Amino acid sequence: MLGVALVCFALVHLAPGDPLVSILPPDASQELAEQMRELYGFNRSYPEQFAGWVWRALQGDLGTSIASGRPVASEVIRAVGNTLRLAALATLIGFVLGGLFGFVAGYFRNSWIDRTASVLSVLGVSVPHYWLGMVMVIVFAAILNWLPATGMGTGDAWAWNWEHLKYMVLPALTMSVIPTGIIARTVRALVSDLLDQEFIVGLRAKGLTQFGIFCHVVKNAAPTALAVMGLQLGYLLGGSILIETVFSWPGTGFLLNSAIFQRDLPLLQGTILVLAMFFVVLNLLVDVVQTLLDPRIARA
Amino acid sequence: MMTSPAATLTASQSAVQPLERSPGYWRSVLTRLLKDKIALGAGGVILILFFMAIFGPYIVPADPYQSSILGRLKAIGSPGFPLGSDELGRDMLSRLIVGARLSLFIGLTPVMFAFVIGTVIGLLAGYAGGLTNSVIMRTIDVFYAFPSVLLAIALSGALGAGIFNSLISLTIVFIPPIARVAESVTTQVRTRDYVESARATGANAFTIVRVHVLGNVLGPIFVYATSLIAVSMILASGLSFLGLGVKPPEPEWGLMLNTLRTAIYTQPWVAALPGAMIFITSIAFNMLSDSLRTAMDNKG
Repeated sequence: MLGVALVCFALVHLAPGDPLVSILPPDASQELAEQMRELYGFNRSYPEQFAGWVWRALQGDLGTSIASGRPVASEVIRAVGNTLRLAALATLIGFVLGGLFGFVAGYFRNSWIDRTASVLSVLGVSVPHYWLGMVMVIVFAAILNWLPATGMGTGDAWAWNWEHLKYMVLPALTMSVIPTGIIARTVRALVSDLLDQEFIVGLRAKGLTQFGIFCHVVKNAAPTALAVMGLQLGYLLGGSILIETVFSWPGTGFLLNSAIFQRDLPLLQGTILVLAMFFVVLNLLVDVVQTLLDPRIARA
Repeated sequence: MMTSPAATLTASQSAVQPLERSPGYWRSVLTRLLKDKIALGAGGVILILFFMAIFGPYIVPADPYQSSILGRLKAIGSPGFPLGSDELGRDMLSRLIVGARLSLFIGLTPVMFAFVIGTVIGLLAGYAGGLTNSVIMRTIDVFYAFPSVLLAIALSGALGAGIFNSLISLTIVFIPPIARVAESVTTQVRTRDYVESARATGANAFTIVRVHVLGNVLGPIFVYATSLIAVSMILASGLSFLGLGVKPPEPEWGLMLNTLRTAIYTQPWVAALPGAMIFITSIAFNMLSDSLRTAMDNKG
């Protein structure tokens, strides 16, 4: 965790140039610049700045955004909420579709379904998702005019009604393409491996029905599939920046983008740290859940 | 590899120069690849792309930098503009062809650098073992706390826009996974009998790594690296898409996609073209990498 924080900090301070350039007017006096530097703590040494930042971060204070003057923590939390909603929906779609495709493909190996599914999953992992987002906007918003192209609607953003949901459809679908491809690949490999194992042959010899065998396969494939799903959620949280840019979705990607272009160091630093922490915690959770589902892992 | 007389000075050393390094292996991989229709197709596409990248400027029908106010955003198939024109009236066909050069360059270079650097780091960690291994691998682990897209964007955001900076940040993103693969195969090879016997005959570490380890680990690492090319292409163009990579007016597919975003309501299909090029490229590399893996796995 400390390592992660250190990388975040180092990353941001790699940036060339004075961090205050963006907010000070070009004709600002030397005194004013000194005062601002004092205020944000840029005049102290790097280790001092780092220690101070980590200490305050542990207490939930990520500093103040240079550009907007608002606390970084509240900005990041609002954005994470938006991104999380999108990413969770996308992962769910990816899991359902990917699991379905992968399962059918693994079950009917080398059939036309299998070949179609593997072609689709190669397409899924190869597509530049920001381009897919544009194509979605072109087809569903510009030509068919069914769904809104950008934004997330007005009013209470957490209301689960069509008025708000319709803004999520395109970005979530776009986002779900990669997890769909990856989960389909994983599940296909799992299922086709499982079907070859002796216990399945044994069950079949015992006269178990197709459905019974199906249940056994699902039970054995589930832990790994769930783990892949958890990891994918983490990737989507961090990787949503391109899709959020296409759809002007006010999430972490959007925040990151504006932080980069406004050279807003505290905001940049805070957003990256929060996202990385999310990712680490999620990985940990996946490990724990996987161990609970499959006790063999704990013993290994 | 040819064994020179000098290399087989002692009887014991000639005993550890094994037959498994016969030149037939790579030839058989090539033979299998040539029988694989998918590999041939993907390879053909990649050859065409390279041809476009190298000879692009000499074969284009129009000047890719020549803008015209009257010829802005022409539809596909307009006279003089076979694939339409962009928002400044530049010929799309010419820009797409010439764009292959920069797009391939920024996608392939990071993987090549990461392949070299990651292999060296992984070999070092894997061969040295013990404390060196722990220090190197734990440092690498820190980078795993960041989803790759986030890391790439954060790095190039911190370093500032530009081709060189985006190459650096993508290289850094791809070093940890390659180093991890290199470390794990090296660790496996290190304990093999032929390495042990080479050490027993007094060969120094450098010779052992060069003669006995490298040849056995490069294959798997290379296959893994080729599977990263598609990701790298998508990410590199994605950085340009965000405005963090190639700067206008250079033709690069990601950047073209970005500048054409405003045109999705007027000329949707022209706007989608650069992304289609990225898509085709990444499919071709993914398929070739898959075929290569199959061809090299097959020991028969």
